Amino acid sequence: MTTPRDPSRRHFLRVAVSAGGALVIGLGGRHAAAAESSLPSELIGDELMRLGPFVMIERDNRVVIGARACEVGQGVRTSGPMLVAEELDVDWSQVRVIQLGYGYDEVDGRPDDRYGAQSGGLPADAARDWSDLRMAGARARALLLRSAADVWQVPVESLRTQSGYVIDGSDRRLSYGALARSAASLQPADAVTLKEPADFRLVGKPARTSDAADIVRGRTRYASDEFLTGMLVAVVARCPHPGGTLEGADEAAARKVPGVRDVVRFDGSASGVSPLAPLAAGIAVLADTTWAALEARARLAPTWKPAEATSESSARLVARAHERLDGEDAGLVVRKDGDLAASRKRARHQVKARYELPFLAHAMLEAPAVAVELRQDGAVVIAAVQDPDATSRLVSDLTGLPRGAIDIRLPRGGGSFGRRLANDFVAEAIIIAKLAGKPVRLMWTQADDLGHDFLRPLSVHALSATLDRGNRIAGWSHDCAGTPRNDRGKSQDSVPAWDGCLDADAFPAGLVAHFEQHFHPLDSTLPRGAWRATADTAQAFATQCFIDEIAFEVRRDAVALRLELLGEARVVGANGGAPGLDTARMASVLKRCAEAIQWNSRRRDGRGVGIACHAWAGGCVAHAFETAMDGDRLRIERAVCVIDAGRVVNPLGLEGEVAAATVDGIATALHLAITTRDGQVQQRNLQDYRIMAMAQAPARVEVHIVESASDPVPAGDLAFNSVAPALANAIFATTTVRVRKLPLMPELLRML
Amino acid sequence: MQDNPETRAALPVLPARALPAGTLQLTINGKPFYHRGDPAMPLVWYLRDTLRLTGTKFACEGGCSGACTVLVDGKASASCRLAMLDAAGHAITTIEGLDANGLHPVQQAWIELDVIQCGYCQAGQIMAAVALVERTPNPAESDIAAIGNLCRCGTYPHIRAAILRASELVRARKP
Ligand code: FES
Ligand code: FES
Repeated sequence: MTTPRDPSRRHFLRVAVSAGGALVIGLGGRHAAAAESSLPSELIGDELMRLGPFVMIERDNRVVIGARACEVGQGVRTSGPMLVAEELDVDWSQVRVIQLGYGYDEVDGRPDDRYGAQSGGLPADAARDWSDLRMAGARARALLLRSAADVWQVPVESLRTQSGYVIDGSDRRLSYGALARSAASLQPADAVTLKEPADFRLVGKPARTSDAADIVRGRTRYASDEFLTGMLVAVVARCPHPGGTLEGADEAAARKVPGVRDVVRFDGSASGVSPLAPLAAGIAVLADTTWAALEARARLAPTWKPAEATSESSARLVARAHERLDGEDAGLVVRKDGDLAASRKRARHQVKARYELPFLAHAMLEAPAVAVELRQDGAVVIAAVQDPDATSRLVSDLTGLPRGAIDIRLPRGGGSFGRRLANDFVAEAIIIAKLAGKPVRLMWTQADDLGHDFLRPLSVHALSATLDRGNRIAGWSHDCAGTPRNDRGKSQDSVPAWDGCLDADAFPAGLVAHFEQHFHPLDSTLPRGAWRATADTAQAFATQCFIDEIAFEVRRDAVALRLELLGEARVVGANGGAPGLDTARMASVLKRCAEAIQWNSRRRDGRGVGIACHAWAGGCVAHAFETAMDGDRLRIERAVCVIDAGRVVNPLGLEGEVAAATVDGIATALHLAITTRDGQVQQRNLQDYRIMAMAQAPARVEVHIVESASDPVPAGDLAFNSVAPALANAIFATTTVRVRKLPLMPELLRML
Repeated sequence: MQDNPETRAALPVLPARALPAGTLQLTINGKPFYHRGDPAMPLVWYLRDTLRLTGTKFACEGGCSGACTVLVDGKASASCRLAMLDAAGHAITTIEGLDANGLHPVQQAWIELDVIQCGYCQAGQIMAAVALVERTPNPAESDIAAIGNLCRCGTYPHIRAAILRASELVRARKP
């Protein structure tokens, strides 16, 4: 890891110094390379003045702003540049957004991220964007102001800016374009002032997806659309047994397919090892066209040798989880507050329930694709990855090239949901390109990805609560048995054993005096990984269903019970630097959601209403659904989401993201599971892993965004968490059947 | 992909009369093309690899995602399931050929209502929507619900609204 620092200042200095004042993009310079590659064609040849790492200004006052994180549907290609533009004080209509590549750099021989961290998918990213992208815009604006002050020979304090102009007391104006050249030669100041939120002109106002016009015309190039000179298309047959090896394959048959140029073999990585090698052993066919490569792969007829005979199956894992939860061994202590045993003795009432959650795949619509060109002195890697710093280190390790010689470009990615935080497919592409000695575009199919994904962990949750005389929750225990996320390498010791299954600080931790969490790790040979908010996707389901069950048991109102748990306004559970739960924000989100769905009005005609809430990464969300049964189908009459995702940069983007995450949450909760048998994933393609289509989706998702002054939170991943429990609670209200197992529909139909 | 014989075969240079045996002819975005390669190759690869019209995506290769949807004589069809042999003789429209100069009302509505999340399904969604509103300028809910294209990101509510908006634009279009 490189040390986090403020990227907006360092590179002012470097650019200013290295280019002797102004850097003209198009004439090159190592620092310009990444931006240059993605410059809009109509701007190439024009004179663009670079003001810091993110901003370029053209003579005619057009502004180019770089987007630093990989866009996979979370809206960062729009919201990030908006923050820069806000502080730069330009109109959004003046701005062209370009995608930046990975900005590896070195300062005094030490790695340095030119654009700051570019991960763009983790909770910390949104907050960091908020601070350092604004700073980048403000620094550029300060230079323009100083350069105007020089021209007019007036004090800089007498000047202001508006819409790309510097304006003085007597209303004289100079455009940024006219000032850019001299501004680029100034030394940036350390301290600049940021706007007060009340003065925002772009932030908080709706902006459309910055590259929508290209996307709707089919012009946007994803990694799978890249053509490198002399490139071959590679597709791979992979070992279906985790840790297994290739025994043999009919290479000759594959080579007979016209257009096939090469067949190469490679090893996989053992379970428990950081995937610096590809995940699975494989045999790759390289061909002129995708079709030839796919045809040849179909003729390979490979035989595989499992690492060891395994009878692992998801059904057995679940059975084992129940055994552990039934057993004497209490498991690992995750959290222990107060004296639960004593509270049990005093209890007037005890409620217990268990919840099961399956493995889940990411099933991105665009399966992994990587275009790679390796040369003696450098490499080009084109891939939608969300941890490009890790990508850069991986490529350097596999090729021996210095990191500075590796050009990583970040095209739009067709979904991620956590999948693109892994770099296994990049490792595979590099190894294949090395073996083939040619530029390669590695193409995965969706079936490949379903069979070789890092799955959302499987887990079973046993909850119990004790209630006092007033039917208030006095004690709470949450025991989980699951396959932890961290099965492969990445700092095994630095991450708790329950990572990806259980979160020690999640609601209602800190709100119940006597509180315990335990964890029982289950072994599995299947790779697991980040999947949206991972642990919280499970924890919210178990917890929020359970609260409803308690409310039903003791005949209390499910919203009132939650509000009582939240209690007085305070922040709880802020351990280890993670943002704590702000009970007042959570309560207000929940209340608004209850109001919006008309929680207090009785439904007739067989309709039922369910609600749930969750807090994650400093944000709060609640969902409510009104449902009805329609034969053996569940009809979602209304879907409401109230969300406090911190400061809102782009409300239009946020609304779209939250609505989509709600639909994804519904699809996943109702229908999706990865099951395994004999150590292999059983779902072979999208026909077996049925993503919901239009006909089953709600016509509308009513999204209510709560104003907030706290740090921004990835809204889609936050919103996802409360969908499944709200739906399960709605199903109970509709059918009186309590479904405690995801996915809900197969279980509901079994129980009805 | 430098010396790919199919790229050469794709150049619309031969007059129709002089076609060698086994040459397939089809019209793509209004221009004639001739294919002499594998007649079993699905159209999606001809579009993407040979013509490099990569606006047409692919996902499942099994006819269920709709990511590869194109118009075949105006009808939405999965180009991953259409062999070149069967595409021959037909007029194909891809996302790139919807409106060479401006925006089709569907594209316009997609921008206006900010439908896009990751964007990968959207070319297919747009083609399916174009087929619908051009045939049925006043689509019923059931017509919209019948579109089977998948969106992993979950943009259906926005797609639905954009189709309704596009149909307004189509109806208002000057004849
Ligand atoms: S790729 Fe053709 S339908 Fe899925
Ligand atoms: S927008 Fe991502 S799959 Fe539809």
